Formats: sequence, C-alpha cells, structure tokens
Amino acid sequence: MVGALIGVVAAAAGAALPKRWRVPASASLVLCGCLTELATSIRVLATGSDAHWHSIDLLPFTGVTLLLTPLGAIFVVLVTVVAVPATLYWIGYSSHGASARTTACNYAMFVTVLLIVPAAASVATFMFLWEMMALTSLALVLTDQGRRAAARSAGVWYGVITHAGAAFIMAAFLLLASHSGSQTFVAMTSHARTLAPGARAVIFLLALVGFGSKAGVVPFHVWLPRAHPEAPTPVSALMSGAMVALGVYGIVLFGNVLLSGGPVWWWLIVLALGGVSALFGSLHAVNSTDLKKLLAYSTTDNIGLALLAVGASGIFVATGHGRLGALSLVAAVFMLVNHAMFKGALFLVAGSVQVASGTRDLDELGGLLRRMPQSGALFLVAAAAICALPPLNGFVGEWLLFQSLLQGVNLGSTAGDIAITVSVAALALAAGLTIVAFVKAAGVGFLGRPRSPGANDAREVAMSMRVGSGLLVVMCVVAGVAPMTILSAVERAVRAALPRVGSRSVVRGLQLQLVGARGVLAPTVLAASLAGALILAVSLRRALARRRAVRVVEAWGSGRELVTARMQYTATSFAEPVQRVFDDVLRPVRDVNVSHVAESRYVIESMSYRSRVDDGIERALYAPVIKVIRRWGQYARRLQPGSVHRYLAYGLAALVVTLLVVAVAG
Amino acid sequence: MSVAHDVGVTGVGVLQVVVIGIGGLVLLGLMRKVRARIEGRVGAPVLQPLRDVRKLMRKERLRPEFASWIFPLAPVVLVATVTVAALMTPLITTHPPLAGGSDLFVVVYLLLLGSTLVALAGLDTGTAFGGMGSSRALTIGALAEPALLVTILALSVSSHSSNFPVIVRATLADPAVIISPARLFALAALLIVIIAESGRLPVDNPATHLELTMIKEAMILEYSGPDLALVTLGEAMRLALLLGVLVNLSLPWGVASSTSVGALAIGTIVLCAKVAAVASALSFVEVFLAKLRLFRLPELLAGAFVLALLGVVSGVVTK
Repeated sequence: MVGALIGVVAAAAGAALPKRWRVPASASLVLCGCLTELATSIRVLATGSDAHWHSIDLLPFTGVTLLLTPLGAIFVVLVTVVAVPATLYWIGYSSHGASARTTACNYAMFVTVLLIVPAAASVATFMFLWEMMALTSLALVLTDQGRRAAARSAGVWYGVITHAGAAFIMAAFLLLASHSGSQTFVAMTSHARTLAPGARAVIFLLALVGFGSKAGVVPFHVWLPRAHPEAPTPVSALMSGAMVALGVYGIVLFGNVLLSGGPVWWWLIVLALGGVSALFGSLHAVNSTDLKKLLAYSTTDNIGLALLAVGASGIFVATGHGRLGALSLVAAVFMLVNHAMFKGALFLVAGSVQVASGTRDLDELGGLLRRMPQSGALFLVAAAAICALPPLNGFVGEWLLFQSLLQGVNLGSTAGDIAITVSVAALALAAGLTIVAFVKAAGVGFLGRPRSPGANDAREVAMSMRVGSGLLVVMCVVAGVAPMTILSAVERAVRAALPRVGSRSVVRGLQLQLVGARGVLAPTVLAASLAGALILAVSLRRALARRRAVRVVEAWGSGRELVTARMQYTATSFAEPVQRVFDDVLRPVRDVNVSHVAESRYVIESMSYRSRVDDGIERALYAPVIKVIRRWGQYARRLQPGSVHRYLAYGLAALVVTLLVVAVAG
Repeated sequence: MSVAHDVGVTGVGVLQVVVIGIGGLVLLGLMRKVRARIEGRVGAPVLQPLRDVRKLMRKERLRPEFASWIFPLAPVVLVATVTVAALMTPLITTHPPLAGGSDLFVVVYLLLLGSTLVALAGLDTGTAFGGMGSSRALTIGALAEPALLVTILALSVSSHSSNFPVIVRATLADPAVIISPARLFALAALLIVIIAESGRLPVDNPATHLELTMIKEAMILEYSGPDLALVTLGEAMRLALLLGVLVNLSLPWGVASSTSVGALAIGTIVLCAKVAAVASALSFVEVFLAKLRLFRLPELLAGAFVLALLGVVSGVVTK
C-alpha cells in the first residue's frame, strides 16, 4: 500500500509543481509506486500468501479493505508491465502536450488506481476505486477537448458506457452483499453457494454486462475506437493494455471466485461473446485506416480471444475437467499479459508516429522505417508479436489456447464439442485477419515510400519515448523465447482462482509440457533453431553470391518513366479484398458521383468515389436508443418553462403523491 | 558404414533439410515437365529449376530504391522457417530432430512467419504490384486459416495430440484410421488448403506474369539474383514439405521408425516416390483447370472449412 501512497504524492506533485519539474517529478514518483506494488505482488505470487491491509478511517462508514490474492497480483504485474514503459514514454512525450497540471495529476492518479483495483476486497473499496479509474481516465480522454470536437464526443461515449457498466456492477454487488450480509469478498464467497441458482445467474449476467462494457466486448465496444485515439498516447496504452484487461479480471472475479463457478450455459455465453468480439474486432481492424483506431479495434479482438479462453475454462470446469479448465484460464491470463506488452508497444509507437509526422492516417504515411529506424523496428516486432508469429509471446499464448481447446473436443457433450470446434475456427479466422490488419499497418505505415510531406519529414522521436516502447518490445521477445517464469506466476494465480482444481505445473525446464495432455512446446529451442537457420541462410547467400555489394535500382514501373508514391497500394486498397469478401457483414457505404460535361453526357468532367465502413453494431443498436433518449430529453425540457408558479405546483404535487404513497403503504 | 549404423539426430536433420531443399526444386521441375508433356510440349529438363537457382545465386544483388532492410530479410526468413519446419516434421523418419516441440500448430505458424515476411517485402518495394500481391495473398491466407486449424483439430482428435510424430506413429500402428471419415474429410480439406497456400491452380497460376491476375508472382516481382534464388528455393521447399505432410498423413508406410542408415535410405526413396506421384497427379489435374476469380476463392476455402468441420464432427461421433 506504500505504492498507493507514493502514487498520491505523485499526483500532488503533478498538480502543484511548476511546469518545468512537473512531469519528471511526477513520473519518477509514479515509477517508484509501480515498482513498490510490483515487489508486493511478486512476493504474493512467490509465497502464495495474500497481502492484507485494512483501514477504517479512509472511507466513511465502511473503511478500505485491500486483499492482494495471487489472482489480483498477476493483474498488478500486468498493470506495471504497461505502466512503467508508458510513464517513461510520458517524460519525452510531455513536450508535445499532456503536460498540463490536470493531466499530470490525473495521470498519476489513474496509474495508482489501476495498481490497487485488483487488490480491492470489499464492495465499497472496489466501487470507489473502479469509479476513480473511470473518472481519471475520462478526464484524460478529455485532455484535448478544447481543440477537438472528436475528443468531446469520445468523452461522452466513454463516460456514458462506463457509468452504465458501473451501474450493472453495482447491482450485481448489491444483490450478492444483501444475501451474505457482509460487503467483504471473503464473506460473500462463503455465502454465495447458498444462493438460489436463479439469483446466481442474475448476478453473473449483471456482472458480465458491467465488466464486459469495461473490457470492450461486442456490443459495448463502441467507446474503444473513439476514446483510445483521443487520449494522450501513454493513456491510450494504459487504457488498452491494462484497464480493459481489468474488465476480464472482473468477470473472472465474479464467475470463478465470488460465485465459485457456474453452469455450462453461463460460460457458453462468455465463449460466444468472446468469439464474436474477436471476429468483429479483427474485421474492423482490417478496415480501419486510422492507426490508433485500428489498434483499438484490435483490442476488442484480443480481449475477445482472452474471454473465449475464460469461457472455455468455465465449460471445462463445469463439466468436471478441472485441469483443462485451469489450462484454459492460464492461456487467458497469459494472453492478457501478452496483450499488455504488444498492444502497449504498438500504441506507444503509434503515438511517436503521430508526433513525428503529424498524422495517424495510414493512407498518408509510408516509408517511416527509413526515417524512424528504431521506432519502426519496434513497431514491426510488436506487430509480429500480435500476429502470433513465432518465436514471440503472442504465439505461445495462442498455442496454449489452441492446445486447451484441442484437448477439450471429445469430452462427451455434443454441444460443448461443437462450441469448442467453432471457437477454434473463430480463433483461426481472427488470427488470419489480425495478420492482414497488422501487415497493413506495418507495411503501409512504415514500408514503401512516404505518401505525404508530413511522413516524408518525419524524424526519430525523443530517447525516452523509444526507451518506453523498446522496453515493452523486449518483454515481448523475452516472454516469447522464455515464457517459463511468467507462466509459472500465471499458474499460481490461476490455482488461487480455481482452488478446487489443483492443477500441476505446465512448465518443465525449457519446455512447456501440458499436464494430462500430450502437447509439448519448446519455445527456447524453437527460437534458437530459427536463429541458427537464419544465420545459415544468410551465409548461403553470402557464400554463393559473387559480388557482395548491393546495387540500388529503380523499381519496375511497367515501362512508365515516373513511378510516384501515389501508385502504391494504400491502407484502403490493401483491405479492399477482405472488405469485399465480408461485404454482407460490413456493409460499406460507397458513393460514386459522376458529373458530365454540359455539352454531352457521354463525356465525363469529373468523378469522385467515396467508401466508408461504419460500425454496424453502433448503427443498429445505439442509434435508435440515442434517438429515443434525445426525444425524451426534448419532452423533459417542456417541464422547465422558467415559471416559478409551475415549479411550486410541482413541489405540491410531489408532496401529495408522497403522502398518498405513505398513507397506502403504511 | 553398415546399414544398421545409427546416424543420430544431426544426420537426420541434415538429410531431411537436404532432401526437402533439392527435392523441392526437382519437384518444381517435375511438375512443369508433366504439365508440358500433357500439353504436348517437350518442356524444360526436370533439373532446370536447380540450374536456375545456381545461375541466380551468382548474379548481382539489386535493391529497389525505396526498400528497407525488410526486403533483403524476407527471403532469408522464408528459407529459415521452412528449414526449421523440415527439422520438425516426420518426413523420412518418425524421429525428426525437433520431435519434442514438433506440433502441427507450430509448423503452420512457422510457415506463416515466412509468408508474412514476404508479404511485408511486397509492400516494401513501394510499387503497386507488391501491394496488390500481398493484399491478395494475405486475404487468401486469412480465409484459409480456419480450414487449416480445424483440419489440425480433426487430425488430432483421434490421438488426442497435435504432436506430429505422435499422429504419424499412431497412424502407422492403426492404419484403419486413414479410411475413417474423420481422416478422409480432414485430408480433403488439407489438400485444398495446401493448394491455396502454395499458390497452385485454381487459386493462383504459378506460371503467369499477367499483371492483373498474379498473386505470388506480384509480391516477389522486385526480387532478382540471389534473393530471387532464395525465394524460389523457399517456395519450392514449402511445397515439398506440405506435400510430404499430406502423404505421410494419408499413406504413412515406408516412413523410417528408426534412424539407421538402411531405414533412412528406404524412407528417403519412399518419400520421394510418394511426393512425386502426388505432385504429378496434381500437375495432371492442373492442366484441365482454369484459375478461379479472386472473389470466388472464399467459396472454395469455405468448402475446405466445411470438410474440416465434418472431419471433427465425424471424429467425435464415431469415437
């Protein structure tokens, strides 16, 4: 809890110090806070004993109850994985904005709250911290609201959805707490078993909606592609890498810990939500041209895959295959940790690109790898990690998930088998589309030639920004080549979440050997042999080529003399085949305007073509709701004509109604 | 050296890689020869691709002016990934050097690493062709992915493992598995996916340089000299490897179960014969096929997916 105190001091430093000292002082304090919390959670994970802290003075009536279990500890580790590099990045980034008093203060508060949410162990503590997390991040999304209308709109969407979600979570907590007569998680867990199945189901579904909205799963994902691009870059990285993962933490907390598991149909819903989110997110990521928006949709995709694993785990546990359930949950948590690493890195580099070139639009970028060699290389490696290419961390995560699903087919129930098979297909399609999306992002953004003057003049960014994103990329490589340490920590966390399962280790020396299954992966050997084969192939080329020097020549332009940057494929054209294949799902809007010369309608004067892919769920689900609310708002305005007599009459009417109700009820 | 002499892990690794490397190029020549003969032409000698690669290797290295380090890296990665995949796969023997981590899923993702790098290199050239090729190739790859992974699932259901040597050994121990509906559906799906992934007709025409229809060739249009030699080698190795996987899952007989010289010799000859037969058959059929329109391909791949799904379902039902 020392970390939290340091965080509060950091926030105070951000608010109080003059501009010159504000960010460095605040950032170093935040880093100290992160490292302190990291040390606590590593201790919890290593010893397996919880860290407990209680104060009755901090919150009125209830006090603050914090209990760091191994499950919470792994999420604290996840938060620090993004928070430390993002804060380092912030030091350099703050010279391009995000250095105002409120921003610095809110940033420090946001990181601090993220660090202690997983330790909250009573309803009041949890809701207070959860709300703090929502409010500080909302304020950070609104950093640029004075200049950009998009930031204001993003703030409204995020604020409404996150608070609606909080209401659902609150309802779930109240139902559970009223049954157990206590608001601490420990008491709630022990009483939850005596609840009626219907009540348990209602509580779980309320929590699923509430936490699902924070996790950005379909259909509550609409705030992600708005809020992530508008927030300052370190905040986007934290929101996408860490905060969204806490939504999944909430679902695991309710489903596996507080309610101690549930029937198969709960988890089928979770599985389906995850699968649909993965497909929807990856498909929209392919069709986004704004780099940060692409990353935001891909967050929905990655969280969907993690949720799919959580759902599969629940199904396995509910059908009595506990070890397999533990394996799926290990895959889920490991994928979330990986996601924090590569998505954090991608967001940070995307921010560097925006700083260096002034745009995030892929159709205006290009050739950045030669202009920003280090940032560009970092983006390429992180993109390879998110595409689950070996030997990086994303690959190990997907392998674990695939193995757990593979072992899960053939367990007896036909519905379960079909659900698992379909989820393998969803996983595969989402993985394939992710590759399209990120080859597009990396290839169009960083390779080829620049498509705009901004991209042409881009220069490498400040050292601290490169160090921040570089740290995350190094973690991606280490977690891919030697995932053993992280996996054994994840294993302990999962064992705490599924106490009845008692799974053994999945790690044996340099290999990952699954318990009760015949799956073996040797990531270190794989990486070493890949490196060896690479050296072999390079030396083959060297040995056989007669001339070592490489001559630079013009690319083939089909016989034309001038090949311009506009002839390259753009992000839009790159995604066009996928868009056409999924035409029925995406329903792109295409306008073709042809204007003819006045004299003859056979001669065309000009032509314009516009194509846009809207979010179908937003159009179908949110637009009608917004319309209705707006209409009610119009009606409500008639209640306020400004006449004092009318207001007095309202008061009288309200009093009469209240008295009547009391008379009838009493 | 006697017939019973054990060559060990290193020997097997070198043998598999060399057989796939040289065999892949010969396979390319063989497929072209078969096609030429059926079309009534004499055709180039079977060893022509080997000579082409040797000639290309000696030429000067060229780089398009806007390309970065991705461009020269991609061919190397392509060859390296196929090499590692060849070290993992039970082609000649059921005891490949990297048997422990030899997982079908790993093999698929290794090959994916190579093709993703080549797709990036297509965009790196800064020309329209490169982008066109990578966009199309990746779209096909993404659509083939579900069929591919569900096929792996179908193949793994019977032995509860996606470890490749385990599957092949289980098939050898109980050959009736091959004519089970699960395996037959899975093999049919696998065949379609292999055709799509290696860019054969009707998905892509490897012989075309017609600007608007080419896929693979558009992506690698800027490569020349030693880099082109490596790309050709890598693609040929991949085709040989994939066909080797297919034959060892459908007709595993002859695969050496030890690493003695005699068994490996038999294993090599049998593997080459089987792959040559399948490749000739493919090439024969290709003569009568036209390339499908790009936007008809989803139907073909969806068909493969349905076959794979049937494979899983029948595997579960008949269990």
